[in-house]
Amino acid sequence: MAAITTDQHGHGGHDGDPNVNYLNNTRGIWSWIYTLDHKRIGLMYLAAVIFFFIFAGVMALLVRIELLTPGRTIVDPDTYNRIFTIHGVVMVFLFIIPAIPASLGNFVLPMMLGAKDVAFPRLNLLSYYIYILGATFAVISLLSGGVDTGWTFYTPYSTTTNGAVVLMVLGAFIAGFSSILTGVNFITTIHKLRAPGLTWSRLPLFLWAIYATSILQVLATPVLAITLLLLMLERTLDIGIFDAHKGGDPVLFQHFFWFYSHPAVYIMILPGMGIVNELIATFTHRKIMGYRAVFVSSLALALFSFLVWAHHMFTSGMSEYANMVFSALTFLVAIPSGVKVFNWTGTLYKASIWTASPMLYALAFLFQFCIGGLTGLFLAMLAVDIHLHDTYFVVAHFHYVMVGSTVFAFWGGLHYWWPKMTGKMYDEKTAKRVFWTVFVGYNGVFIPQFVLGSRGMPRRYYDYLPQFQTLHMVSTFFSWILAVGLFWMLFMFIQSLRHGKKAPRNPWNSAGYEWGAPSPPPLENFVKQPVFTRGPYDYHLATDAEIAED
Amino acid sequence: MIHLLTSLSLTPPPAAFDLPPAISAESPDVDWLYNMIYYVSIFFTVVITGLMLYWVRKYKRQKGDKRFETPHYPRLEIAWTVIPCFFVVFLFHAGFKAFMKQAIAGQDALEIGVRGQKWFWTFRYPNGREENNHLYVPVGHQVKFVISAADVLHAFYVPGGRIKKDAVPGMFTTLVFTPNVLGDTPVYCAEYCGAPLGYPEPALDGAPHGGHSAMMAMIHVVSQEEFDKFVKEGPKKPEGISDADWGKKLYKENACITCHTTDGSKGTGPTWKGMFGHNVELNAGLSGGMGSTMANEDYVRESITKPQAKVVMGFNPVMPPYKLSEKQVSAIIEYMKTLQ
Repeated sequence: MAAITTDQHGHGGHDGDPNVNYLNNTRGIWSWIYTLDHKRIGLMYLAAVIFFFIFAGVMALLVRIELLTPGRTIVDPDTYNRIFTIHGVVMVFLFIIPAIPASLGNFVLPMMLGAKDVAFPRLNLLSYYIYILGATFAVISLLSGGVDTGWTFYTPYSTTTNGAVVLMVLGAFIAGFSSILTGVNFITTIHKLRAPGLTWSRLPLFLWAIYATSILQVLATPVLAITLLLLMLERTLDIGIFDAHKGGDPVLFQHFFWFYSHPAVYIMILPGMGIVNELIATFTHRKIMGYRAVFVSSLALALFSFLVWAHHMFTSGMSEYANMVFSALTFLVAIPSGVKVFNWTGTLYKASIWTASPMLYALAFLFQFCIGGLTGLFLAMLAVDIHLHDTYFVVAHFHYVMVGSTVFAFWGGLHYWWPKMTGKMYDEKTAKRVFWTVFVGYNGVFIPQFVLGSRGMPRRYYDYLPQFQTLHMVSTFFSWILAVGLFWMLFMFIQSLRHGKKAPRNPWNSAGYEWGAPSPPPLENFVKQPVFTRGPYDYHLATDAEIAED
Repeated sequence: MIHLLTSLSLTPPPAAFDLPPAISAESPDVDWLYNMIYYVSIFFTVVITGLMLYWVRKYKRQKGDKRFETPHYPRLEIAWTVIPCFFVVFLFHAGFKAFMKQAIAGQDALEIGVRGQKWFWTFRYPNGREENNHLYVPVGHQVKFVISAADVLHAFYVPGGRIKKDAVPGMFTTLVFTPNVLGDTPVYCAEYCGAPLGYPEPALDGAPHGGHSAMMAMIHVVSQEEFDKFVKEGPKKPEGISDADWGKKLYKENACITCHTTDGSKGTGPTWKGMFGHNVELNAGLSGGMGSTMANEDYVRESITKPQAKVVMGFNPVMPPYKLSEKQVSAIIEYMKTLQ
């Protein structure tokens, strides 16, 4: 019984020519600039987000070098403030928010649905150019002096400081529309373009995660847009919404900002969790334990994320009553997060586990998400948060969630779908060495930062007391190991493009729907309309031919 | 259960792991919670990572592995959903209870005004005395901080007391703590507030550089007698130094040093070198062109008490207003006269 009715012998192209695929069916720069193919748009996003990741990563290295010694190490305080602001703004708005949904999501979402493309291919391309436009404004802002507000743009600092704040905010404002349009596109695609046999209860968990993310993008991003618009008006017209001297309220800005930016944390983490579901299922050859519980927790996290924004503001001067309510609501987040961790771990029990390089990233995710999640309990607890708020403990906590979880999942997903996207394999032995370098480097950077924070080292500090130096030095030293690992990974992928072995259809022996298409897929993904007769994780129903390499 | 667990905090807490030495009566509750959740976190991380590593090794894929449907364990799933619910309710309650101790002041609390501005702290005592960057508090007496900001957001953070609260322009926020250990403990600014140009000296000796990170003060927990003696003394000129030298001292203590250089180099504000007694060009105000003015005694006084009135051309109106005594202003003027 063929669950995935496709040509399993790598026939590509509309003519059935196996050598014609989405990468070579049309040629020339214009065929990419005007492309409506979700796979090419996904690759274009991938190139852009990797560029911004490297750029903002170099900024992080500069921050770490400045903190190597107390006092002045390489730059002045003002320059330091601009550097960490660039790091934050670019990482959040130009890298991590679009990273998984817009690049990997764009590529695999229609394939996992058995569809030819997303519901609105033109809108998809428009989203990309809106994102590029937003990024352009951010870059212009950097060229005209940069911004020293931190990525949170808190008023009244952001309305009174020098620098190209309006341009930078405009960039984030514009990039937000890209996020909204991508969300609308994906929601519609999941509702309308599922192949015959793809019921909601068979929907891949990555798509449940993308679905929850898209809802957040559509509902939360407009709030950011309005907030940033008000900030621009405040700066240019001096209207006084956030200015205490004119009867405004600086704390109001924080409420507006976090009403978006807390859900944005889930816009970042949910797709990462989605990838980990795919990786664990493929490399254990079984369905995730408690499939239903896992997607319900995705939706629950999406819902709760709208109710906890003010836990970023326990010291802001909000009433004690508000603090109490938001602390209680924040603890709700622990339940679905815990359920997911328990289910992922439980899936390993009596499974058939292959620790290929993508799986290593998934296992590292599990370990690091534990740390990120459990340190969240410290911060949800009011009395303890008061001490830890705005210290390096918070910096380490959110980097464990953002990098240790989301970005590790992104790297895992990139390794996992790389053969499908490029038609080339990378060197597995190198990939494992890269993984261990990145893993050791990453944890070495951020574990000392928890200790720094507990000892009372505030964040966004240019200089510090000598008692903090040892830990700062350790953190900086490991940041170089992490950097070596990441450039090695980049080099490995470039080598794969140039000299990589040809990828088989299904190198990871997965039962996932997207692996039914040839590597790389033809223009419209599948040779014939697929009909799904089993779930994407029903390994006990999948035939040997389906999970074979070719 | 909740009562039992929270009453444990009344017994001496275990040594605080990686927390700074506690100096207040409210700290042990926070430390107890921190340690408890710390060990819980270690336990879960070890169990989950341990199981993960053990199973990955034990169930390594072999050739010819049969592929089974994942079994369901409904009771286990319900258990790991429901049991954490009770645990987080306990955490919430315990955290809230300890938090409220630092939020509600008793009737006889000593009220200390705290004002944050770029980039130093000003403390005001009940008798009206103000002092920069050094705060004296009596040991064993509950203190209520009433916190405000003159320019942008700051945050009053005392790691030794486990307390932190934002200083917000246009509102007063409060914090409570009861110092119970004699000695000094630092105050940091924990809400980002920018940096001056260049690399000026911080207002407090020994503090880090760089604006936000340089905004450090010192709390001195002293005996009641010492405190009473300190508060009664007005701001006095130190014995045996000239007015100009006192002005130089005030220049540093009031953080003038972070924005105004004395060697002619560029700063956030105009340099004081060669300023006094010369004409300065002014920024155009709302009322139109201001032209220039003589930087004389009257101009310096006005610029200290109402800094936005006449801003030197090329600089932003970012200086907070100062409340200095007649004598202090005169001393600063004497100091400026020496910078020709």
